[in-house]
Amino acid sequence: MKALLAQTRAEVFMTLRRGETLLLTVGIPVLFLLFFSSVHVVTTPTEAAVNFFVPGILSLAVMSTAMVSLGIATGFERGYGVLKRLGATPLGRPRLLGAKIATIVAVELVQAAVLVPVGLILGWKPGGHGVVAGVPGSVAVVLLATVAFAGIGLLMAGVLRAEVNLAAANGLYLVLLLLGGMVVPIGKLPGGLASFAKLLPADALSAALHATLGAGVAVPAESWVVLAVWAIAAPVAAAVSFRWE
Amino acid sequence: MPAVQVTELTVRYGSAGAVTAVDRLDLSAEAGEVLVVLGPNGAGKTSTIESLEGYRRPTSGRITVLGLNPISDHRALTARIGVMLQNGGVYPMIGPRRVLDLFASFYPDPLSTESLLDLVALRAVAATPWRHLSGGEQQRLSLALALIGRPEVAFLDEPTAGVDPEGRRAIRAVVADLRAEGVCVLLTTHELAEAEKMADRIVILSAGRVVRQGTPHELIGAAATSGLTFGAPPGLDAVSLAGALGTGAVVTETAPGRYRVDGASGPAATAAVANWLAERQADLTDLSRGRNLEDVYFEAVGAAARGPAEPDVTVVAGRRTRRTRRGRRPHEVR
Repeated sequence: MKALLAQTRAEVFMTLRRGETLLLTVGIPVLFLLFFSSVHVVTTPTEAAVNFFVPGILSLAVMSTAMVSLGIATGFERGYGVLKRLGATPLGRPRLLGAKIATIVAVELVQAAVLVPVGLILGWKPGGHGVVAGVPGSVAVVLLATVAFAGIGLLMAGVLRAEVNLAAANGLYLVLLLLGGMVVPIGKLPGGLASFAKLLPADALSAALHATLGAGVAVPAESWVVLAVWAIAAPVAAAVSFRWE
Repeated sequence: MPAVQVTELTVRYGSAGAVTAVDRLDLSAEAGEVLVVLGPNGAGKTSTIESLEGYRRPTSGRITVLGLNPISDHRALTARIGVMLQNGGVYPMIGPRRVLDLFASFYPDPLSTESLLDLVALRAVAATPWRHLSGGEQQRLSLALALIGRPEVAFLDEPTAGVDPEGRRAIRAVVADLRAEGVCVLLTTHELAEAEKMADRIVILSAGRVVRQGTPHELIGAAATSGLTFGAPPGLDAVSLAGALGTGAVVTETAPGRYRVDGASGPAATAAVANWLAERQADLTDLSRGRNLEDVYFEAVGAAARGPAEPDVTVVAGRRTRRTRRGRRPHEVR
């Protein structure tokens, strides 16, 4: 437990010290939320744009942290020889992974603590019984999505060189941002592309949060299924391809 | 049982094992022994050490470290070994004190961060991020990380590379302390003078195989006081020099610019070499009596360290032979 806590502290410390990570995980989501909620470049299915964008940007925040930030950082840690060095200590793979997951959850809490008040200030009105009622389903689906996105990030970090991984992670971020129903409603996509997008974890998460925090209804079954498949397949693939160096 | 035991270790890389990095290598090291592994780049040093550390699965052969298998018993072994990587291995944005505190949390009975900062002289830069440390400071921090868990076996990969003379002395002192505490130290280096100072035993690898091993005294041996070795411009006329030294003298250019004289020694031979070079306006860069580890090393690794284009030239009292194939011992023509 001592090693896990120390490694988690170190990971959180380094995450908070990386300016580019804070920009990606907090700065860009806040800017997107402010911009898209104030400038009507996208027609949203909700009456007030902010009611669509808060769940969408929360989904984006989860993806930024669990997939992009984790994947890029892990790729560079391999490049610096840090993973190799840790591999020769008693820390072990499970505790290293545990520390990284705990760090992601901590950053996601910070993101929620920033984005939810910003959304409320912008006039966000959660549907159904309000934001509190949507919390349990949202938390569960965010945790599942976190595992799925972390698996994708670690898989890419495991098979690509650090610099290539950096470019690929950012590229995938953009693709999922556009196809994931986060800022562009899935209904705006052409039929074939929309069908494909529904198989992606980004859309599954945003659809789930639009349901729980937007419409105030339960997480759709399709979201659970898609996220569960990704949450199993991606970490397994990452574990198989994992290299200390 | 030796602390480290390697039997018939083979490591191959590439598709279908096309590249053989280590070839049926045998090695052992005892507790309280400093074993220095020497060899040119590509000799198999790193592949061997990484197999011992559990990073690399051998193609064949048997390895035990403290009686454990580095692959299947990796978790148990990590608490008992210390590893110093050749490069990196530390988060770039955190400093020595923070990284030592972090690594200390991984071990049941670690050395204290403060004592290690003093031991490797990093107290003044304890808060400086790794990426802003000098090369020598980074090396000393890597060494401290290898020691923090009170290892029974320490693997030190080129610990003195890029370190200034004061730092090297400090590292030699640390290695001597480890030996005194009964730690088995396996150390790789390209620096032969450091190897000679630190080693209880030396193993010289070439093309994945052990080509020479023994204590420094055994390797340098009786030849330590016979003959001469000197440095001068490469490609000198060894025929002429052997002739100047007199009957029975053997002159060998062991590496470009490194010469060995056998069969002649003493003040007369020293003067003959110096005069012969002076007549040709050739600088004598160093001259010593007998052989040193560098001579033994170059003999052992042979043409592998010199490259295919550099022939060995051995001349005995005016007769010479050239050797152009790699890996063959020079022979004399009388």
